[in-house]
Amino acid sequence: MSKIKTVANLFFTMMKIGLFTFGGGYAMIALLESEFVANKKWINKDEFLDMTAISESTPGPIAINCATYLGYKKAGFLGALSATVGVCIPSFIIIYIISLFFETFLKVELISNAFKGIQVCVIYLIARAGLKMFKSISKTPFNIIAFSAVTLSILICFFLSINFSTVFYIIISGLSGVVVYFVESIRGINK
Amino acid sequence: MIYLKLFLTFFEIGAVSFGGGYAMISLIGEKCISNGWLTEEELLNIIAVSESTPGPIAVNAATFVGATQANVAGSLVATVGVVLPSFIIILLISALFRKLLKYNVVSAFLKGVRPSVVALIISTAATMFLSQVLNVNSGFVTDVRSAILLTLIIIIGLLYKRIFKTSASPITMIILSGILGVVFW
Repeated sequence: MSKIKTVANLFFTMMKIGLFTFGGGYAMIALLESEFVANKKWINKDEFLDMTAISESTPGPIAINCATYLGYKKAGFLGALSATVGVCIPSFIIIYIISLFFETFLKVELISNAFKGIQVCVIYLIARAGLKMFKSISKTPFNIIAFSAVTLSILICFFLSINFSTVFYIIISGLSGVVVYFVESIRGINK
Repeated sequence: MIYLKLFLTFFEIGAVSFGGGYAMISLIGEKCISNGWLTEEELLNIIAVSESTPGPIAVNAATFVGATQANVAGSLVATVGVVLPSFIIILLISALFRKLLKYNVVSAFLKGVRPSVVALIISTAATMFLSQVLNVNSGFVTDVRSAILLTLIIIIGLLYKRIFKTSASPITMIILSGILGVVFW
């Protein structure tokens, strides 16, 4: 397949995937698997797992990361670009249109009442996702301490109305991880 | 200039949001609320809309906030901003993958971030609960209807899992809660 054809193919395939991914990143991974591994056979299962691992560990939405990675693998920089743009376009258009009408949309009492219910549901969904992740991380001392410290800190800041950016938590805990790593390797050498 | 502010804010969000969607919500909320671009209620609404529409929440939030603040150009600028950091990082990683993994420091950093991300997600739910349902910051008057609805939703969620063995999809829960919202109010 010529380069242009591959890039175009990537663009339209990612656009299709972008259109049907409701409910977030993990749903997209399932779609990507069926399209790229099972269907087109552009990448094998192991590489797919690598990609998922990378996408989860790097910043940014998982969906975008997967698109960029797959695009790059298939067709270099242009592939990465067309895949990423392709996956973003459907939701961009839909949300843009919704934003235009949102105010009017919400003024309909039925709808704003429905949204009152939905707002509550969102809290539930986030808590559910968090608890699921909590169950999956290993309960090492570091993890327990880090988790508790961050949660406590956030709650305290909330009650005292202090604004301490989330970014700091991420950077500090990442660096702590590095420190722990070094301490452990020094200990390892001493054994 | 609003375009620059949108771009930089969402670029920052895109650059440090490890752990995907829900982890980004707390940062998105923090930035958008402090900039006056969203109220807490609007944040919940955009999350809800984002769950029901295709696309990652971060991109949807960027598009929405950009659009309401500065129309098409605003939404483009915000969306590009939120996507750009990961685009660049993934490109770099894809090109250097094998070599990077050799750096244990990198994976040590990421391992360190993990519990923090989980804490962020759970705390986000907790603070939302405290401010929206218990109204902690506006006099501690519990919104009884929201509290009952929340309990109901939790029960439904647990029952669903019992009966069907898998968790109810977000869309199902959202539609259900929308209907319940109309019933309750």
